[in-house]
Parts: sequence; C-alpha cells; structure tokens
Amino acid sequence: MGVIVILIIASVLVAGGFLLAFLWSVKTGQMDDDYTPSVRILFEDELIIKKKEIL
Amino acid sequence: MNFVGRMQTTTCYHCGLKSATEIQINEKYFCCDGCKMVYTLLEENGLCQYYDLTEMPGLTAKGHFVSEKYNYLDNEAIQEQLIQFKLGDQAHVIFYLPQIHCVSCVWLLENLHKINPGIIQSQTHFEKKEIKIIFNPSLISLKQVVQLLAFVGYEPVIHLGGNDWLKKKKVNKKQLYKIGIAGFCFSNIMMLSFPEYLSNDILELGSLRHFFIYINLLLSLPVLFYSASGFFISAYTGLRQKWLNIDAPIALAISVTFSRSVYEILSQTGAGYLDSMSGIVFFMLIGRWFQDKSYDSFAFDRDYNSFFPLGVTVLEEGKEVNKPLSSLLKGELVLLRADEMIPADAILLTEGALIDYSFVTGENAPIEVAIGQLVYAGGIQKGRSIQVEVVKPVGQSYITELWNSPVLKNEKNIEKSFVHPWSQYFTIVLLIIAFSSGVYWSLYDTSKILPAVTAVLIVACPCSLLLTVSFTYGNVLRWLGSAKFYCKNAAVIEAIDKIDTIVFDKTGTLTNHEDTHLEYHGMVLSEAEMIAVKSVTRESLHPLSKMITQLLMLEVSDLTSFQKIENFIGKGTKATCNEYEILIGSISFLKSNGIHCDDSLQGAVVCLAMNGVMKGYFAVNHAYRDGMDKMVKRLQDKGYHLHLLSGDHPTEKGHLTHLLGKNIPMFFETGPEDKLAYIQKLQNQGHKVMMVGDGLNDAGALKKSNVGIAVTDQTHLFTPASDAILEGNKIKELHHLIDYAKKAKLIIIYIFILSILYNIIGMYFATTARLSPMVAAILMPISSISIVALSALLSFSFSYKIRSRN
Repeated sequence: MGVIVILIIASVLVAGGFLLAFLWSVKTGQMDDDYTPSVRILFEDELIIKKKEIL
Repeated sequence: MNFVGRMQTTTCYHCGLKSATEIQINEKYFCCDGCKMVYTLLEENGLCQYYDLTEMPGLTAKGHFVSEKYNYLDNEAIQEQLIQFKLGDQAHVIFYLPQIHCVSCVWLLENLHKINPGIIQSQTHFEKKEIKIIFNPSLISLKQVVQLLAFVGYEPVIHLGGNDWLKKKKVNKKQLYKIGIAGFCFSNIMMLSFPEYLSNDILELGSLRHFFIYINLLLSLPVLFYSASGFFISAYTGLRQKWLNIDAPIALAISVTFSRSVYEILSQTGAGYLDSMSGIVFFMLIGRWFQDKSYDSFAFDRDYNSFFPLGVTVLEEGKEVNKPLSSLLKGELVLLRADEMIPADAILLTEGALIDYSFVTGENAPIEVAIGQLVYAGGIQKGRSIQVEVVKPVGQSYITELWNSPVLKNEKNIEKSFVHPWSQYFTIVLLIIAFSSGVYWSLYDTSKILPAVTAVLIVACPCSLLLTVSFTYGNVLRWLGSAKFYCKNAAVIEAIDKIDTIVFDKTGTLTNHEDTHLEYHGMVLSEAEMIAVKSVTRESLHPLSKMITQLLMLEVSDLTSFQKIENFIGKGTKATCNEYEILIGSISFLKSNGIHCDDSLQGAVVCLAMNGVMKGYFAVNHAYRDGMDKMVKRLQDKGYHLHLLSGDHPTEKGHLTHLLGKNIPMFFETGPEDKLAYIQKLQNQGHKVMMVGDGLNDAGALKKSNVGIAVTDQTHLFTPASDAILEGNKIKELHHLIDYAKKAKLIIIYIFILSILYNIIGMYFATTARLSPMVAAILMPISSISIVALSALLSFSFSYKIRSRN
C-alpha cells in the first residue's frame, strides 16, 4: 500500500508539469487569440515562412 | 420611371456585386476594373485559394487606389508613431483592418509575403480585426505595405490618435493564471479526498490518511493565497469605504472554511473542507472571467483623435508636402482631395467645395461653400480638390472643443450593481442564522456551537449569488453581441433596465449614411430627354453632376453628343444638346437665366430646366432605415418617453411626423451643446435617459446620458465614446434588445430562488451540526453546475426574439 504514496506524488508532479505548461502558454501569449487558430485550420497550403529569427 | 435594363445580371467573381459583361477574364465576370485587377494580382501569385475558401470574398474596390493618399506615410515622425518595433532589417507594425470578415480574409492576409517578398510575416487576429506585419524596411516601405493592403481590399484605418493597440488593455493574463492554479488544485484535492469519503472504516487507511490530508492542505495554500486573493483585496477595499460589497461574505466564507479545515486537520478531528473551498474559488473565478467578455474589435472610448486622419497634404511654396496632422499650424495651406476630411477650421480658398457635414452636425445633404467662407473640421469634401487656409489649430476647432467641455470631464456614473445592496441584506441574514444556531446549541450541546456556526458560513449563498450574476451577465452580453449590440460591460445591462426615456438622433441613426441618393421630383422625362441630360451632366464639373449621371445611368445607357456646353463654376451648367436647351444648377442660377421656379424648394437641390421650362429638381437624401416606425411605436407602447434631436434643417419634419407619430417632441438644427443640455434637462427632471446617436455631434449627449448607444455601419468606423455599440441595420430591433437586457434581472431572480433551495438543504445540515465534508463536497458542485446550466438555458430561451432569423 505504501507504493500509493509514490504513485500519487509522481502523478501530482506530472499534473504539475502540465500546469506549468499552461502557465507558460498564457505567458507567451498563446491564449491571447482564441479564435483565429480555428480559422487557420481550414487552410490547405503549408505556409512556408523563412526561418528568420523573429524578434 | 421605367427601368430599361440592357445589361446581363451576373455577379462579380470577386466581390459579389452585379457585374458588367464587358469586364471579364477566363469566363469570370467582374463589376469593375478594380476587382479585376485584384483578381489578376492574386492569380499571378498563385493565390486563387482565396476564392476557394469563401465565395465572393472580396471587397468592392470602389477606387481606393489613389496613391497620393498615403504620401504622409513617408514622413519619419508619422512612421515613428505607427511602427511598433524596429531593428535592423525588421520592422513590426499593427494595423486595424475592419474589413476582415471571413476565412479568406485571414488566408490572404497571412499570405501577403507571396505577393511581395519584402513582407516577412503577417499574422491576423480575427476578433480584434488586426494584422501584425513584420516587414523589411529596406525592401518595402511602410507606405507600400499600406498601399498593398488597400489594393487587395483591406485598407487600414489610420488615425490621429495613434493605433488602438496602444490603448487597448492587455489580455488579463493574471486572471488566467489564477484560474489555472485553482483548477489544478481543486481537481487534485477532490481526487485525493475520495479515499476519505469512500472508505467505510477510516482506520483502514492508517497512516495513508494523514498523507492524503496533508497533501490536500498543501494544495489548498496556492488557492487561498493566490487565486482567492482578489476576493480578499476587494472585500478589504470595500470595508475601508464602509461598504459591504458582494466579495465581503465570500471572503468570509473562504476564510472560515479554511480555518475550520486547518483546525480539524491539526487537531486530527476531521479531514477539513478543502475541496469545497478550492472548488468554490475555481467556479467563481470562471464566472468572473466569463462575465468579463470584451469586444476587442470595438473601442468604446474613442475621442475625436480617432476620427481625424494622421497626415495632411500641406502646400509649401506651391509644392505638396505631407505632414502629420498634429504639427499643423494656423495659416498653413492644406490641399484636400475628394473624400478627404477637413482637419481644422479653415477658410476656403478655391472653388468647388461640397462639404458633407452629416457626421459632424447632422446635416443631411452636402453643402456648397463659397470662397472666403469658413469650413469646419470634421466635414468631408465631396467635390474635387480644394485648398483651404487653417484658421484655428486642430485641437481648438469647433467640434474638438466639445471634448474639452468641463461637463464631459466627470466619469460616467453607472450606478452600483443591484447585487451590492442584496449582498448587504444577505450578509445580515447569514449572520443572523449563524448567530441563532450558535445560541441554540449553546443551550443544548455546547460542543456543537463552533461546528454549526462555521458550517453555516461555509454553505451559505453568496457564492451562488455571485455565480448566478456572473454567468447570467456573461450569457446576456454574448447573446446581445450576437445580435450586433455590443455592450461595454455588464454594468450597462443593468443601466438599460432603469431607462424610461429614449432620445434619438436623426442623421446616421434613423437614416443611413450610405444610402445617399438623389431623388428626382417633377415632370416625367422622356428617354430622349434623359439621354440628353445625362450626356451633359457627364461633362459638367458641378460636383453633384456625377450623382445625377449615375442616377440616369440606371435608366438609360446611351449617350449622345451635345453642341454647346458652358460651365458656371459653383452655379450650374448651360448646354445645348440635340433640340434641347438644358439648364441645370442651383435655384439662383436658373432664376438668373429667366426660369420661373417654385420658391418652396430648400436644401441642396439641383434644378433642371429644358427649353425654358422648369422640369423638376434632384434632391439629395439619406434614406430612412426600414422598421423605424414599428420600432418607435413598440417603444411608445411599452411606455418609454421618446424624443428626437437633429442637427439637420426642419425640411424633414413632415415626413418624420408621418413616420414616427405626433407625440414625439422633435428639435432641429440642434448643435452638440444643445443636445447635451437637453439630456441634462431631462435628467434633472428625474428621468433616466438613453441616447442613440452616431456622430461627433452626439458625443456630448452620449457621454452625459445614462446609457449612450453609438450606431455604426461598416464604412463609418468611428464611434464616439459610448456604453454600447449597435450596428445600423439592427436599430429596428431596439425594442427587442432592451427587453432582453431587462430579462437579465429576471433570470437572476429565478436562478437565485432555485439556489435558495439548495441552501435550505445545506442549512439544515449545517445548523444541526451534521455537515460532513462529504455532504459539503456534494452540494457545492451540484449547486454550481446547476446554476451555470440554468443560466445558460434561461438566457438562451429568452433570447428567441433577438436571435438572427437567417
């Protein structure tokens, strides 16, 4: 039964990792626009953007 | 007059308007050369997917290709204002493109780099209708970027106040962080509480129980100190002002729940109520976030700066120089082309001025101005190019001074939400129940005092009241928005509920700016006569001749030649065509040529006389929107007092009385200050006033009224500062919209009554000190979810009248 302790700690840590990913995505502005990405899905071509460093 | 149709009616492949058979490529027809040019450009660059994604996605060209229009963008000072970021071979700029309306728009705008490699990347934000362009300034200039955008149909709106993105609030990231953390902790605490609830014998768990409990405690800390911090701060600020707002009982409930849980955990008497606490914080944060729906593509706080263009063409020693508007000085000569706006009060120096003041003073028809007369800032020149000399600096023109009026300095008083007085009663009732249960138990079993009192404070209503209010307002805001009525925030909905008087503006509100047309009144003209007149007006330089030509084009498509033509600038045209002697111009022009005219004609009227006889006249009119009479009648039936204030001449009074009824007080030729004073007078009489207007001349009245609604059509993108923005073709639904907004309060009451049921059950357990964590943990989500569901259901079902019937 003691193994549950380890399992729970591990799962909370994994879940915590996802929480951090969410917080990071909010911080980097991915949640600012929640509508346009749904529109972009409809495009067929792949946008070939030159891989310049976009500041 | 009969319609003589000779053209095939197909629709333009690009924009969907009726097209002409002459303009075509590859079996595709276009309505004009502009649309054809855009199609050619897209085809050459392999961008025809634009047409595959949406049918007829283009915007009608309408000749936006005047390239001198953007010369001011070469000015460095102006570029500084617009370019967000610049380093090396990259510059970032954000433009507002109100024309964005479909998938194709997004696709084309994000593929601009295929047309011009100087553009590195472009990204659109559909809801805000913005595009962020990263371009290489050494390959393409800012002016060329704007020209490209205008060419493909997405002309950016650039105005004096700088870009809207400077002023817009940043997305509230903190709110999202709090929700994320609360959600994470809540769900984990709930899961880790299952062993506690579901095991038959607590001792079975042994030492594991402590493990679960302490992890729960740990997880609840971020919820208490970070996610719930907003409630504590708000309650504290309210208390300092000796005012109990809705957050006070909530803060109380959260802190009591937490303290009792900690006490039980540390004294090992129980598991605490941490799941209920974190759950309620989570749901309330979501409710707040849902209520804060904002319409990013509209700005509710615009002042005149957003109305004026950024740059002007100044004549220095005969040469055209582009300068930023803010640097315009008194005495400078400004060149204004067709459809350009007068930037400051100025004196007219050249002939040919035909100024449209409909947005500024509300006058319906464009006015001819003589040389030497004053023209006011904000008017739009409809004729050809003119030159003016600036008399007053931009900020001191007649119209902009209105914004400096001290009356408008005060913050609008949107009265405190009705929720707040309720919350005070609420808190009092709550404390009474808690106190009385405490007293009860002190008489029968003192060990139960604390559990009972704290349980009451845990289970109580304030959370459900706040949830109800947040979700209902959020839903109502969204349904109103889908009906094209965009409210600034939830407080506006409550303000609408209290209105008893509505004041309407005429020009632009009851009438439609875009539907400017000429109406011909008088003797019927034969086809030969129409052809003759059209041939003459086509050559005439009179500014209104173009409109007459277009009107006649609908009737006859032939042209004939004329023998003689004489233009009298500013007055009219005299011509001989076939067997007709044509005189066309102002009343005074015809009179001076010996034609007898009826003196009852008013307004900007172009008279027509043929062979010495007055045939008729053309009057310029903005058409009334349909449904106005019904809407007004319904509002009157409901008991609203209605008024009409117009800046226009009283020529329309008869028509309006017929349209709207006799009981409405109507005032004409009212200036902006008059409108403001009128609203003030009504408010002094104790009325709560709603103002519906659209132009700069309504700005004061909109701000002063209890609820100011700005009307917008697609092309007039400027809306003065207002509480709500309504799309022009939805004004006829105003009575339904107001009805729906009033229902919000009703919905809240219904749901609240239901939630009281839960609370009675919960109170039963609480006052009898039998509130186990499990009961609390079950009650809380059930009541929250039922509130959310019921709120969505009721707001949806009450919205049937305003929902689109497409």
